[in-house]
Amino acid sequence: MSDSSSSKQSAFDRRAFMAGAAGSALVPITARAAAAEARPPVAQDPALPVDVTLHVNGKEKRLRIDARTTVLDALRDHLKLTGSKKGCDHGQCGACTVLIGERRVVSCLTLALAAEGQEITTIEGLATDEHLHPMQQAFIDNDAFQCGYCTPGQIMSAIACVKEGHAGSEADIREYMSGNICRCAAYPNIVAAVKQAAPEIMKG
Amino acid sequence: MRPFSYQRATDPTSAVQALSAAAASTPLTKATAQPLAGGTTLIDLMKLDVMRPAAIVDINPLAQGWSAIELKGDEVLRLGALAKMSDVAAHAEIQRNYPVIADSLKLAASAQLRNMATLGGNVMQRTRCSYFRDVSYENCNKRNPGSGCAAMDGVNRMHAVLGASDQCIATYPGDFAQALIALDAVVEITGRSGIRTMPFAELHKAPGNTPDIETTLQPGELISAFSISGRWPRSVYLKARDRQSYEFALSSAAVALDVQDGTVRDARIALGGVATVPWRAREAEALLKGQAFDDGLAQRVADAAFAEARGRRHNSFKISLGKRVVARALQQAVTMEI
Repeated sequence: MSDSSSSKQSAFDRRAFMAGAAGSALVPITARAAAAEARPPVAQDPALPVDVTLHVNGKEKRLRIDARTTVLDALRDHLKLTGSKKGCDHGQCGACTVLIGERRVVSCLTLALAAEGQEITTIEGLATDEHLHPMQQAFIDNDAFQCGYCTPGQIMSAIACVKEGHAGSEADIREYMSGNICRCAAYPNIVAAVKQAAPEIMKG
Repeated sequence: MRPFSYQRATDPTSAVQALSAAAASTPLTKATAQPLAGGTTLIDLMKLDVMRPAAIVDINPLAQGWSAIELKGDEVLRLGALAKMSDVAAHAEIQRNYPVIADSLKLAASAQLRNMATLGGNVMQRTRCSYFRDVSYENCNKRNPGSGCAAMDGVNRMHAVLGASDQCIATYPGDFAQALIALDAVVEITGRSGIRTMPFAELHKAPGNTPDIETTLQPGELISAFSISGRWPRSVYLKARDRQSYEFALSSAAVALDVQDGTVRDARIALGGVATVPWRAREAEALLKGQAFDDGLAQRVADAAFAEARGRRHNSFKISLGKRVVARALQQAVTMEI
């Protein structure tokens, strides 16, 4: 794990370079704290951006975005948290699954504005510098992916599946993980990973 | 997605006010202001450009008052319209006394969508007709009144065999609504002039000549709760679909029975996946009442439920499938241990 945490902290990576080269999608927000507090409950002008404060992985993030922006696009395009994946963008594949509060939801059908003030947890918020989350480790141990595109959504969904008490049997895991599609069909290995991680997660 | 203005409702009055902008003659589905609850239908259809509201009124702040699950006294179940599908499905009292409700919710959508979607939004869910959802097909009487129906002579395997008109054969896609209509639920509606109630069976409108008008709700009206009288521990929701999980029904049945000493005292049957609206099979129910149940009776009841069904090129299989679903659901309900 020390390898991956050190690479995460390196000064230069592909994502940072691309975001910078494209003209930063991040909004200079420092001067806008007061405006964010003052957003009135009346309808806003759709032609103007809105100020939104999101709580992501324990940090407060202030954004100025188009009102149409989903949580998924806010994470990926504005916060450079590209772990959550855009698969179908219509709530059908589960690749964009994040936790809002304790609940797993599809971030592609959640407006960022509607998630304001709630705690959002993404795949980037699971590991500590020292340790992967037990579900992340279980996916590696059980070879629970091939291409990996669905994996962040699978892992977020699996953690909630366990905490909801729906990982008691293989049949339950399959039923309650059915909102996460894996086109590589790693399903048997995903079920095995969830089974492995469940006791450790329930222990807390 | 087209631009919209977003506002948060602070209380029911402000929500109703903000949603009342459209003229009373505007079909609800075309109203300029739309309520946002779970968003699982609305945001999806806005991305597809099927729904084009100019204003979104986020009613989630009303959840505190509108999401309770209450058993009042012994005999009335009241479900707040902003209760999440997953919370209602997981409620122990509902699983025990209303398994048809719990199962209709549990077998719908995915765990993520059930966590987001509310009961009120769920019954307002719009059809999955692929010609309705794809705006590149111009002829959809539901989207563009008078333009025709691409499904009539298109791929209509998923379409309705009951309640269709020569204007529209789109299937009502939900599951929970079948449980509500079977149990004679009452829907509570909050609007400009306060709260009104009506039988849930009067909420949805068959397509007829106006498939764009799907419900009897007016712009500015919100579903705030559902209530059900009596307990229905002997009830099931059976759903047949193309895959085992996370799929819309090809055919489903909500069945609730009151059986005493081998005789059926009361019977409720509703059909999903096969009709244009939540579909109550009253003629079929009548055959059961006062009778001793056996497999022959189940078959006659199932035949009666689909007596008026009319298949098209690709969906006629739903008639024989639907009959089997009804018969099996009845058998499961009769043999339940309660």
